[in-house]
Amino acid sequence: MLKLENISWSTPDGTPVLKDLNLEVPDGKSVVLTGPNGGGKTTLAKIIAGIYKQDNGKIYFDGRDITEVDITERAKMGISFAFQQPVRFKGITVQKLLELAAGKKLERDVTCDILSKVGLCAGEYVNREVNATLSGGEIKRIEIATVLARNSKLTVFDEPEAGIDLWSFTNLIHTFEEMRKSMDGTIIIISHQERILKIADEIAIVADGRIKMSGAADDMMKSLAENKSIIGRCSKQEALF
Amino acid sequence: MKEITKDLLREISEWNGEFKGAYNIREDGACVGRVSSKNIRIESKKDQPGLEIFIAANTKGETVSIPACVTHGDVDDLVYNDFYVGENADVVIVAGCGIHTETGEPARHNGIHRFILGKNSKVKYLEKHIGTGHGTGLKSIDPVTEAELDENSVLEMDTAQIGGVDRTLRKTAAKLGAGAKLLIRERILTEKDQTAKTEFCVELNGKDSGVDLISRSVARDNSHQGYHSVIIGNAPCTGHSECDAIISENGKVDAAPELHAHDTDAALIHEAAIGKIAGEQILKLRTLGMTEQEAEATIIDGFLS
Repeated sequence: MLKLENISWSTPDGTPVLKDLNLEVPDGKSVVLTGPNGGGKTTLAKIIAGIYKQDNGKIYFDGRDITEVDITERAKMGISFAFQQPVRFKGITVQKLLELAAGKKLERDVTCDILSKVGLCAGEYVNREVNATLSGGEIKRIEIATVLARNSKLTVFDEPEAGIDLWSFTNLIHTFEEMRKSMDGTIIIISHQERILKIADEIAIVADGRIKMSGAADDMMKSLAENKSIIGRCSKQEALF
Repeated sequence: MKEITKDLLREISEWNGEFKGAYNIREDGACVGRVSSKNIRIESKKDQPGLEIFIAANTKGETVSIPACVTHGDVDDLVYNDFYVGENADVVIVAGCGIHTETGEPARHNGIHRFILGKNSKVKYLEKHIGTGHGTGLKSIDPVTEAELDENSVLEMDTAQIGGVDRTLRKTAAKLGAGAKLLIRERILTEKDQTAKTEFCVELNGKDSGVDLISRSVARDNSHQGYHSVIIGNAPCTGHSECDAIISENGKVDAAPELHAHDTDAALIHEAAIGKIAGEQILKLRTLGMTEQEAEATIIDGFLS
């Protein structure tokens, strides 16, 4: 289980982003964190991965206090993070990056299996560099593939839909649906998209630096549909926030 | 052949006790092994130190290796090697130089290589440079490469200086005929107080000739690198050069690309990016379980691979 207690974080200029936030994520669940822009979702995701360090509060993972544990150690403990804007590496091939993620050499059939889960054909990609020649949709899928290769206890996806075209988005949803079926660990997804919310077990709304509301996905979807004032502003079918 | 030479050969030419195909091994300015093949003839030059390598027309799939090693200080080795590649040949040439010194005296190798490529020939040229040993004497390698590419010939150069060389000045010049292609991939790593300067001058003289020049370098510690490329398009042609460099600690890189379009159908492009390792790259690799140091090493290894 992941447990965050009284987490606070402010920007370097002192603007509060997370305010005494509390969150519990049970093992094996898929939880979508949603809410308006600027509400603190990405900050929360980065605090879970150790990329940001909270000003106050405690974080527990598998019963261990990891408040002071750095990114590397958290990764070794089984926490993975898929970046909203994936990083590119000149000279590092997709095969190599997946091997770095897995922490071992990967046979071709294993690589093929991982890439097929994100809708990519291994033959076309294993030897390609993770550089600027990859499109936004391709790099996003490869980013997701790197966390799949880790088979982590907890995987955090920061806005997987950001920066990709509509065609890639449709495929991405399918990827997440398939992934949800095949992954054993806990998943946290930061998302604005209704179709991603629909694949969640639980939904939590992050707004104004706090968890405004959380619960089972079905109940939360109903609440969101009925009471748009929950999050202050709402939107359209495809993009809820 | 000295044991140091064997060690250097393993590093620069993947030598594993023998060479496949024709070869000439140069050790401290002298030949310590030479074999010609039916299609590749290696001869000593009459008028100056070095070799003439004749590759017969239509030779396919053969390799010729001509490594040079300097095994101790107080050596200043100068060599002129000329390659005559016959029409329609398709071969691999493995060069490379290793310098070793355990003393305070300098060691230098200056290899001047000239390639004359016949029509429709294809050459893959592999060149790796390395310096080893604990001596304080400066280890210098100053290669000069000159190439003339006849119609529709292709020269693919893959060069790497992977460490230990204190001073280097690399000069590469090429003239391309119609339909000829030149692909250059250079990687240079400098550390400590090393300096490396690389200069390219490519003349695209024939219709539909093309060059793709990719240079990647890493300058660490107090090292300093300079990159200067000149691409001259004298005909309808394509030219692309790319200079990417990573700097760390007090490393310095100067890049000066020049493009000269002397024909209205010359399409020339240059890209350059110099900077330290992006923080996001380190973060990404740390989220995969690496330490910051491991992440840096992985990024640099990949960049120079």
